[in-house]
Amino acid sequence: MKSISTIIIGAGQAGLAMSYCLQQRGVPHVVLERGKVANSWASERWDSLRLLTPNWQSRLPGCAYSGSNPDGFMDMAGVVRFLGGYAAAIAAPVEEQTTVTSVSRLGDGYRVMTDKGIWACRNLVLASGACNRAHVPACAAALPEHITQLSPLDYRNPSQLRAGGVLIVGASATGVQLASEIRAAGHPVTLAAGQHIRMPRHYRGRDIQWWMDRSRLLATTTGEIDDLARARAVPSLQLVGDRDAQFLDLNALQRAGVEVVGRLADIRDGEALFSGGLANASTLSDLKMNRALAAFDIWADQAGTDGLAPPERFPATEVPASPTLRLDLARRQISTVIWATGFRPDFSWLHLPVFDRKGRLGHSDGRVAPGLYVLGLPFLRTRKSSLIDGVGADAAALADHLVQSTGRQAA
Amino acid sequence: MTYVSTTTANNGVNTEALIGARGAFAETPVAAQFTFKSTCDWIEGTYNRNTINGYFGLGQEHERKRTFSIESDHPEVFAAADRAPTPTEIVLSALASCLTGGVAAVAQHRGIQLHSVRATVEGDIDVQGILGMDPEIRNGFSAVRVSFEIDADASDEDIRALVAQSQKRSALFDILTNPTNVAVTVS
Repeated sequence: MKSISTIIIGAGQAGLAMSYCLQQRGVPHVVLERGKVANSWASERWDSLRLLTPNWQSRLPGCAYSGSNPDGFMDMAGVVRFLGGYAAAIAAPVEEQTTVTSVSRLGDGYRVMTDKGIWACRNLVLASGACNRAHVPACAAALPEHITQLSPLDYRNPSQLRAGGVLIVGASATGVQLASEIRAAGHPVTLAAGQHIRMPRHYRGRDIQWWMDRSRLLATTTGEIDDLARARAVPSLQLVGDRDAQFLDLNALQRAGVEVVGRLADIRDGEALFSGGLANASTLSDLKMNRALAAFDIWADQAGTDGLAPPERFPATEVPASPTLRLDLARRQISTVIWATGFRPDFSWLHLPVFDRKGRLGHSDGRVAPGLYVLGLPFLRTRKSSLIDGVGADAAALADHLVQSTGRQAA
Repeated sequence: MTYVSTTTANNGVNTEALIGARGAFAETPVAAQFTFKSTCDWIEGTYNRNTINGYFGLGQEHERKRTFSIESDHPEVFAAADRAPTPTEIVLSALASCLTGGVAAVAQHRGIQLHSVRATVEGDIDVQGILGMDPEIRNGFSAVRVSFEIDADASDEDIRALVAQSQKRSALFDILTNPTNVAVTVS
């Protein structure tokens, strides 16, 4: 059994940022990575995906985007190059092709079993990602067998789809992006939309991420939030990393020929049943967008920001007066259902009593248990914790805590 | 977004108690499991009477302060004696009650003083469905419309947000817009 002060599981942006912060603080550590650096970005994303954040926002501790296109959006090959370059620049001690199979308590620390041997460590940092598993609702089991079910982790591009109609469940960033490209490839597409958040790519001449960053909306901390469980479950914005796509909302998709229906309620007797609450879901989405834009306007006034275009409000979302409630899957020749119904982290190898009654990892600002930390989850410490731009500050704060606690234990 | 109350609204809703209940249920979710009941006795023809008293919640059975009664019948055009509202009208009134109560609760939470709230509900039914004349026509509502008239110390946008939030958190809105498994047995 090898022994080391600290083990980081996962060599994505979170694990690498933590590696940098621990190096700065002189903490010996190793980063265990099941594949190669940036593995999930390289192997578990669809072909057309680009980051939702502009290049200038790809900032990690000791590293900022230095390319020629700060307002562009990285594709997945670009993200893999960016993180690979970061790992090399900081000389992160990554052990690639090393899969963690089990973590358990060992004295004051942890035992980490891998397919390449066993480690003992005082501190353990979980940086294995927030999107390891696609969440699929239970009613998926009632789908007829001849229908292909895909999650966004399996989907690559429209060429892998059989002829026929496609039902996409979920209208956050993933669902709207897949609906758009699958419709453009010629398939009839039905999009089931529950709670979702509409947002323009640009507002008053600036990217929406500029507004969220500069107004410090993204810097909101857990202590400033009344209902943290709700804040952590907020769906992704209906955006795509494309400067020319001002909206990829229900209006744009319907113009492209996508049929929009309510939240998928159940599958019964070969029919998909949808909620009749679509109108209110789109009303809530418009209200949320307008409240966010109004808050940006107030911030811009108070900050005295120059050079902005005047405030603007967008036409309301229009949904069908009588959206489809029951979809006969056979009659409509649905060949594929895509579950764009969210992601979950995979901690199935973490054999510790650190989960709540719903199986979620319990933590306070990333502190799970003595010597056990987590990074990269939605709203871990701030609203940007799950962004490349947000994980650095979280890693620094947890690295400080780790150093102080380890010092106390040693003393 | 957070709502900051600048004036003290009084809509007669104890939101502090409701927020306290959320905290308590987060600790002991089993206490949040409620079962509501109604008992219906046939009187004559389509005329019948529900009595409502006990319910289960907070881990035990409860009695109400008194027994409530809801009668139902059909109008004369359906060859009935028109002694009480139809079940469909009771469903519409339940939806209106649920959404109206929700508007008051959300307004209280957001510090918005209400002066008057009226919800008008309409539900369309093609009775060829109930009469078994056309299998393509469903028995239930083909559409339900709710129209609110609200006088409150708030902007038009804030009033629309109240109504939207009320729908989001409404039991009856969910009951009517989503399917529910219903098991009917004979003992």
